Amino acid sequence: MHKLTKAPLVLNGLGRRFIAGKHLSAVNIRRGLACTEPKGDSGKNEVYDVIISGGGMVGSAMACSLGMDSNLAGKKILLLEAGHKKSMDKVPDTYSTRVSSISPGSATLLSGIGAWEHITKMRCKPYTRMQVWDACSDALITFDKEDLLDEMAYIVENDIVVTAITKQLDTLSDNVQVKYKSKVVKYTWPMLHHAADSIPWVQVTLANGETHQTKLLIGADGPNSMVRQGLGIPTVKWNYDQSAVVAVLHLSEPTENNVAWQRFLPTGPIAMLPLSDTQSSLVWSTSPRLAEELLELDEESFVDAINSAFWSNESHSDLIETAGSLFRGALSAIMPSAGSPRQLPPSVAGIGPKSRVMFPLGMGHASEYIRHRVALIGDAAHRVHPLAGQGANLGFGDVACLTQILSQAAFNGKDLGAIQHLLEYETERQRHNLPMMAAVDLMKRLYSTDAAPVVLLRTFGLQATNMLPALKEQIMAYASK
Amino acid sequence: MSSSKWVRLMFGPFGLKPSSVCGVVRGPAGRSSFSWTAVCRHVSVCSARSASYTTVDPGEVKRFQALANKWWDEQGEFAALHAMNDLRVPFVRDNLLTVHRAHHPGKPLAGLRILDVGCGGGVFTEPLGRLGASVLGIDPVEESISVAQLHSSPDPDLRDRVSYHACTLDEAQFDAVVASEVVEHLADLETFAICCNHVLKPGGSLFITTINKTNLSYALAIVIAEQLLRIVPSGTHDWEKFISPVELERLLESNGFSVQSVQGMMYNPVSGAWSWSDSTAINYALHAVKTSDGAEESCTHSVNEPATTHSSAPS
Repeated sequence: MHKLTKAPLVLNGLGRRFIAGKHLSAVNIRRGLACTEPKGDSGKNEVYDVIISGGGMVGSAMACSLGMDSNLAGKKILLLEAGHKKSMDKVPDTYSTRVSSISPGSATLLSGIGAWEHITKMRCKPYTRMQVWDACSDALITFDKEDLLDEMAYIVENDIVVTAITKQLDTLSDNVQVKYKSKVVKYTWPMLHHAADSIPWVQVTLANGETHQTKLLIGADGPNSMVRQGLGIPTVKWNYDQSAVVAVLHLSEPTENNVAWQRFLPTGPIAMLPLSDTQSSLVWSTSPRLAEELLELDEESFVDAINSAFWSNESHSDLIETAGSLFRGALSAIMPSAGSPRQLPPSVAGIGPKSRVMFPLGMGHASEYIRHRVALIGDAAHRVHPLAGQGANLGFGDVACLTQILSQAAFNGKDLGAIQHLLEYETERQRHNLPMMAAVDLMKRLYSTDAAPVVLLRTFGLQATNMLPALKEQIMAYASK
Repeated sequence: MSSSKWVRLMFGPFGLKPSSVCGVVRGPAGRSSFSWTAVCRHVSVCSARSASYTTVDPGEVKRFQALANKWWDEQGEFAALHAMNDLRVPFVRDNLLTVHRAHHPGKPLAGLRILDVGCGGGVFTEPLGRLGASVLGIDPVEESISVAQLHSSPDPDLRDRVSYHACTLDEAQFDAVVASEVVEHLADLETFAICCNHVLKPGGSLFITTINKTNLSYALAIVIAEQLLRIVPSGTHDWEKFISPVELERLLESNGFSVQSVQGMMYNPVSGAWSWSDSTAINYALHAVKTSDGAEESCTHSVNEPATTHSSAPS
């Protein structure tokens, strides 16, 4: 078989023909293909190498990352953002409720494009430990990097991230053009095999009537991606029938505040993420009904609800308590030193003014990340539950991967929109994103019940994992990419 | 691999050769697909009738479009040729970059002139153009030239950098000549080497990829493909014209070239990808550099022939 299949290759050279004559003469046959010349090649119909649709954290990082790559020098890149330009002269006094957990891998990408420096100058809060525990038992797991003196991740406000990247984009005005307040009304896709008078590029029509052409369109336009929908790429998605309530929390006393806390309640996980010594960010995933009730509560009752969600033991059952402590006892007999003691989260004294907001949660995964001349990145391709804080990191991972692949393609003289290397991007990212999404989804499902067998199972699982440093390191390594 | 795929792979090139060829290039264009020897020996002075597509009927353009789609379908019958770019583009790029140490980020080959001999539909020509080189692709098959032009014309990056001629070699001096999957079809390699030497600047590079002359390549190309499976009419490939790296090296060395490297290439038909290999038993790539004007009996007569019909490259 191996030998047989070589034959076509030996022969494919027939496609190329050559005349080597004794009498080589200068002969030029001029064949201008006038009728295929683009009509009116004025600046208006300029062909961009890359257009990125959506200037959020992931889209603008993509533009910046491509604009700074030396192999892509001289390429024409356009970033389209429907909103206005985000810039701040000074950091606002109050914290925003929309925050992201930025893994070391994402921080590396951001420092590669020069934005991380701006972020650390503005504000961000590293944490070195994460404690996850169960409302239905004493089981807990801690991840920490204290002994490594390393940050596990950073909590950064989304606005700060975008502002920092925007600052860097301003320095790239030669390579990367940004059009704010530009809403796309229509995408026209090229046919794989183009007909004589059709345009072989993706065309983007804006609300103001402008039309742009591009060799590669990158859809970074969020979970309801118009690019994805326009291409008819199906998504596997479901709503968890959950909503998240977010708020800025004021702690009752200043602490070192370098721990991310997350507790699994039967109604969904509640997380407290450090913003500063005195403030934290709340992400409380729960049923939509309960979420609305939480929004209705007066401030004092809301604070009480948060504290009891973190502290209360009312969901504990004696059976599981006993079984759990027996199991833990058995484990520590085998490995006396492993595992970390349980710490208690700080108590909350108040919330930031008008900081309570709720939004529905869902999960979705596009079955394809790419098409001819199109690639999807970030939430346009995948949307996860916020419980593991991976949403932004998966998106930044897409940016790093796609940049590297496009850079290599350019260095090999390839058409940037060609399917061959886009397929590599899809394979590589799905290989990383899918297990992460599945794990997050499994966690979510495992912890949204208080049925005794499931609680027992997860109690044992969590305790056993907590005792196995090697496994924990694996989990952390995967999550910090 | 199914045999129908074989048929497509092997017939692909011939499929491009319908009986009615627009007769701008006389002689070569109308010939039978299989008379390479004759072609190579009789290159007549082509008439330089300028044929612009503005005057060509739209049906003609449509036909070229269909051909272009065939040439440019990355997963179609020329898939192996497209896949080979993953090896040959870096091969040419890196070898040229070690000679010309200029630093042009984004356009590493900027400022270099490359001649792509036997360019076909431009599969190898375009990536070299995208890297900033100004590339002239030549091919005796005029249809392929039309396909190549049609394909590169909408791309503003290529419009000014890549040009194609149906058959020509003028006085131009090139930094590099690439002849990929071509020399196995030539009758007179000596003349080919002399002419490559002639069009190159001193120190210019010649890149060749071709098939070795081994029992294995005989078995694959002649016995299996032609005689057993009859996918290709008997006599298509002339194994006698295949050349081993040692022979090719000797021939080039005696014509003013110094061979820098020879690398085996392997195709994995399952993944459709090429990789470098230590074995040059089937396919191989070669890089040579022009050291002297070499040949005694050079193609001076063709050089001295005034280029009366010279015109600038089509844009």
